[in-house]
Amino acid sequence: MSQAAEIDRPRPGLALSAPKDARRLLARVPAVDAVGLEERAASLGKRSIKRDSKLWALDLAIRCMDLTTLEGVDTVGKVVAMCAKAVRPNPVDPSIPPVAAVCLYPHLIPVALGQLEGTSVKVASVAGSFPAGLGPLDARLTEIREVVAIGAHEVDIVLNRSSFLGGQYAQCFEELAAAREAAGDAHLKVIIEAGELGSYDRIRQASVLAMAAGADFIKTSTGKIGVNATLPNALCMMEAARDFFHETGHRVGVKVAGGVRASKQAVQYLVLVYETLGPDWMTPDLFRIGASTLLNDVLMQIDKERTGRYQGPDYYTID
Amino acid sequence: MANIAKRASSALEESQPVWEYADAIESTEIVKLEDRYGLFIGGELVEPKSGRWFETINPATEETLAEVAEAGPEDVDLAVRAARTASTKWRKLPGSERAKYLYRIARQIQERAREFAVLETMDGGKPIKESRDVDVPLAAAHFFYYAGWADKLEYAFPNRGPRPIGVAGQVIPWNFPLLMAAWKLAPALATGNTVVLKPAETTPLTALLLSQVIREAELPPGVVNIVTGAGPTGAALVEHDDIDKIAFTGSTEVGKVIRRTIAGTGKRLTLELGGKAANIAFEDAPLDQAVEGIINGIFFNQGHVCCAGSRLLVQEPVFEPLLEKLKDRLQTLRVGNPLDKNTDVGAINSRAQLEKIEELVASGVDEGGEMYQPECVLPERGFWFRPTLFTKVSQSHRIAREEIFGPVLSILTFRTPAEAVEKANNTPYGLSAGIWTEKGSRILWMAERMKAGVVWANTFNRFDPTSPFGGYKESGFGREGGLQGLEPYLDLDPNGSS
Repeated sequence: MSQAAEIDRPRPGLALSAPKDARRLLARVPAVDAVGLEERAASLGKRSIKRDSKLWALDLAIRCMDLTTLEGVDTVGKVVAMCAKAVRPNPVDPSIPPVAAVCLYPHLIPVALGQLEGTSVKVASVAGSFPAGLGPLDARLTEIREVVAIGAHEVDIVLNRSSFLGGQYAQCFEELAAAREAAGDAHLKVIIEAGELGSYDRIRQASVLAMAAGADFIKTSTGKIGVNATLPNALCMMEAARDFFHETGHRVGVKVAGGVRASKQAVQYLVLVYETLGPDWMTPDLFRIGASTLLNDVLMQIDKERTGRYQGPDYYTID
Repeated sequence: MANIAKRASSALEESQPVWEYADAIESTEIVKLEDRYGLFIGGELVEPKSGRWFETINPATEETLAEVAEAGPEDVDLAVRAARTASTKWRKLPGSERAKYLYRIARQIQERAREFAVLETMDGGKPIKESRDVDVPLAAAHFFYYAGWADKLEYAFPNRGPRPIGVAGQVIPWNFPLLMAAWKLAPALATGNTVVLKPAETTPLTALLLSQVIREAELPPGVVNIVTGAGPTGAALVEHDDIDKIAFTGSTEVGKVIRRTIAGTGKRLTLELGGKAANIAFEDAPLDQAVEGIINGIFFNQGHVCCAGSRLLVQEPVFEPLLEKLKDRLQTLRVGNPLDKNTDVGAINSRAQLEKIEELVASGVDEGGEMYQPECVLPERGFWFRPTLFTKVSQSHRIAREEIFGPVLSILTFRTPAEAVEKANNTPYGLSAGIWTEKGSRILWMAERMKAGVVWANTFNRFDPTSPFGGYKESGFGREGGLQGLEPYLDLDPNGSS
C-alpha cells in the first residue's frame, strides 16, 4: 500500500527514489482486479451529464486539450494551420477558449513557437525516440535536451517498454530519471503505452514507476498502436495518481491520448477525473486530452447545447 | 491524508469552479397510474370482498401514488380457489406450451423495461440506475431462463418423474419487488404449478403492472393470482388449507412464525430470510476494487439487501489504508432523488424501516462504535439515511450481529485466515460472503469453510438466474435460481428409483 512512503522528494523535478529500489517499489503496488476496474469505469461512463454541467465540461475539455499532429507528413503549413485553430478554435465565437497546447515532432517546434508567441497555448514536443523509445540512451537524452533548448514548454517521452516488460526495472527507472533531469524545467509527460503492457497490474506499476522517477504527467498512449486510451486504462492510472498524492503529497497529472474523438468520451474522462482524483485535478495543469479530431466535435456539441440544433460539419474549420 | 471533501473545499478557496452535475431526472410520463388497483384473481382485477384499501406512497417524496386493495381471508380464499381450478389444465399442458407463456412475459418485461424501472423507483425509492440496470433486466432474465427449463424437467431430474406440486403461495419482500416476483413466479410456472402471490404492502405496484403483462400474454386465468395487503393477508395465505407449498422471502422473524404455522400440515416450504454477510478483505486484496465491492455490497439498494455485505472484516495490515479509501469513496456517493440517473443511493423504503435503522445505529454509537458519515445534503421530504461506516465494532455489538437492512457498514479486523473464517461464520445467519484476495488457493480455502449459501470472490452482489441462491442456518433453506430452483416446486420420486 505505502508504495512510495519511503520516497523522499527533495524538490519537484527531481527523481523520487533510487534506481535500486525500483523492484521493491513495484512489488508494493497494490493488485488491480480487471473485472472490478472495468465495471467501475463502465458505471462512471454512464453518468448523465446534461445542460450547464455539459457545457462546463466541454469548455474544460478544450482548455485541457493537447491539439496533436504526429505524422511523418507533417509540414510547416499543417502546423501553422493547427496553431491558428489552437488559439481560436472557433473563429466566429470568441467565447471558446484556446486549447492547452499543441503537440508535435521536434523539428516543427520553431514553427509552433513563432505562431503561438504571445498566446497562452504551450508547445509540447515528443522526444526520446518516440514512439518506441528504443534509440541509444544518449541520443534519447540529447533529443530531450535539444527540444527544451529550442523552447518546447512540455516534453512527451515514452517508457522503455522493452526494459519494463523485461523486468529491468532499475534500468527503466534510471532512464526515466535521466530524462527527467534532461528535461530540466520543462513539463515532463511519460507515456506508458498502456495498450502494450498486457494487464492493469502492469499499467499501475508503470504509472508508479514513472511518477516516482519524477514525471509531471503520466500519459496513456502514443496513439501509434491499436489500443490507446480506454476508460479502464485511464481509471487505473488515475487511481495510481490518487494514491501517489496521498502518500507523497505530490500531484501528478494524467493525460489520455489516442482514440478520443467524441465529446461524449471527453466528458466520460472528466467524470473519471472528478470522481477519482477530485475537483483539484480538473485543470490543464493536471489533466490533458491528446487529440487531433476531437476539437470540432466539442465545438459542434457546444453549439448544439446552446442553440438546441446541430450545425453541419462545414461550419467548423478543418485545419 | 486528504480526502475528497477537503480537496473540494480547497478548490473552493482558490475560487476554482467546482463541477456540479445538472439534474438528470428520468421522466415519469411513461407510467400511467390508476387511482385504485384491485386484486388480480382469476385473470381480472377485482374489488376486494374485504372492502378495505390502503395507500402506497413514494418514499422519496411521501406522496401517495395509488390506493391498493387489501385482501382479507375471503379474498385470499377466492384467489386460492382460482389457482386450484386453473391447476387442472395448467399442470397437464406440455412444458413447451408453458414455456411460450413465460417467453412472452419475459419479452414484454423487456419491451416495457423503462416503465417497470420508473415505477419500481417511484414505489420503492431505489435509484433509477439500479432498477434500470439490475432489477428489470434480471427479472426478464429469470423468465427467459426458466422458460428454457419448462420442457426439460425430465432431463433436469432423470428417472424421478417430476410432477408439479399444485398451488403455491408466495410471499415476497419490498426490497426487489419485481425481481422477487420473477424469482418466485418463473420456476413455479415452468414446473406447472399455479400461484397466489402476495407482494409487500409498501411496494405492490410493479407486481400489479406485471399482472397487466400476464393478461396481455394471455396466460390462462387463475394461473397467477396476486393478492395485495400486509401481514394479515400473508398470514391468511400461509394458513389456507388448500395451499401445497409456501415460498417466503423476508425477515427471519416472520420466517419462524410461518414455519411454526405450517408445521404438521404437509405443506412444503422454502424460506429465504435475513443475513449478516461478511466481506473479508485480505492484505493482498486489489484494494481499489475491494472498495468498490464493499461499497456496492452495503450501499446497493440502500442496504435493503438480504445478502448485503453488512460486515467488513479487514486484515489488520490494510485496515488503515482501506478505511481511508472507503471514507473517500463514501464522500463521492450521490444521495438523493432516486429518479436522477446520477443518484447512487436513494430513499429508505418506509418510515418504519428508517426508524429501525436509526434505532440500531443509535445502539452502535451507545455501545462504543465510532461512526463516520459523509457530508451530504438530504432532501427535506421522504425517508433518508446517510451512508454510514462504523469502526471499533466488536463481535458482541448489536450492529455486528443484527440485520440492519440499511446503508450501515460495521468494520472489524482479523489477523489470520482462520480467524476470518471464525468471525465470518460467527452469526446466526449464513446467506452470503465475499472474499477479497489475489491468491486463488486462499479463495478456495476460504470458500470451503464459509457457512454461506453464496460466496463471491473479488466481487459482490452478482446475480444470475443460472446460479442458485439461498441460505444456511437462520438465513433459510431451499434454493432459488438454477436447476436447484426447480426442485422446491416439484414432486419427485425418491432418489435412485428408476
